[in-house]
Amino acid sequence: MKVDFSKLDKAFENRVRLQIMSVLMVNESYDFTSLKDLLEITDGNLASNLKALEKEEYITIHKSFVGRKPNTTYQASATGKKAFQDHLNALEQLIKQQKS
Amino acid sequence: MSEEQKLHDDLASIRSMMERSSKFISLSGLSGVLAGVYALIGAWLAYSILYPHGDFGGQREYLTNGVFDQDSIPDLLFTPIITQLIFIALAVLVASLTTGLALTRRNAKKKGQQLWGKTSKALLFQMTVPLLTGGAFIVVMLLKGYFGIVSPACLAFYGLALVGASAFTFNDVKYLGISEIILALFAAVMPGYGLLFWALGFGVLHIIYGAVMHFKYDR
Repeated sequence: MKVDFSKLDKAFENRVRLQIMSVLMVNESYDFTSLKDLLEITDGNLASNLKALEKEEYITIHKSFVGRKPNTTYQASATGKKAFQDHLNALEQLIKQQKS
Repeated sequence: MSEEQKLHDDLASIRSMMERSSKFISLSGLSGVLAGVYALIGAWLAYSILYPHGDFGGQREYLTNGVFDQDSIPDLLFTPIITQLIFIALAVLVASLTTGLALTRRNAKKKGQQLWGKTSKALLFQMTVPLLTGGAFIVVMLLKGYFGIVSPACLAFYGLALVGASAFTFNDVKYLGISEIILALFAAVMPGYGLLFWALGFGVLHIIYGAVMHFKYDR
């Protein structure tokens, strides 16, 4: 049976972006270093994918200082959460189709 | 890689990230079992100090009488027996923490989770607040002569710490916490059996839940 992949969100085609959104769905906010350690990827890779999600307005960025060290945290926006939910629903539909 | 395979990998990765980013899943079940064993050894040592003639189960009378004459408290607190008991308690604590740390570090390495990361910090903070509160509370009550409160208060505050911390680790920890609290309440209505309840709570319950968690998550 033909499976329809058009409903999947293109922004989440990339595994790293999908993982970042998963993290931000269950945590109020997450900082750059902790994300990097969790995903085990390079600074550059993480930064470019965060930028892509920010461009879609799926996440918001909060910059602050802890002592003198800059601390950047990320949160999922309402748009981002909705997009992620829709993406999950689409995944669910696809898997159901595969089974039938 | 087929598209179907990618779907399943995507889902697996979502699930893993949600869990690993919010929960410290490297807690070692085996260290729970060992902590329980140490506690039982400690309780046995304490028992042989408190009841040298082996009259187990005999309620200790002075514990049930509640408050003493304020002047006699220092004499009761600073006896060789109490010093020995404190030493045993500290030894059990240090041995449990050391084993727990070593085994959890090994587990974290195996599961690719940071030992000192966002989740373990949250877990530790959640535990520290009730434990320090409980510790200070017990010291104050001891100085006031309420010896009978030690065992139920240890169990109750430890249980509360576990229930609070369970949000950041395996759900089983919540049930261990609730069990400790129930035991604490029984210990409170039956003064004089503190050591028995302490051994059940810190020894037997740790062994049971540690074994369950070991077989569920570590293998």
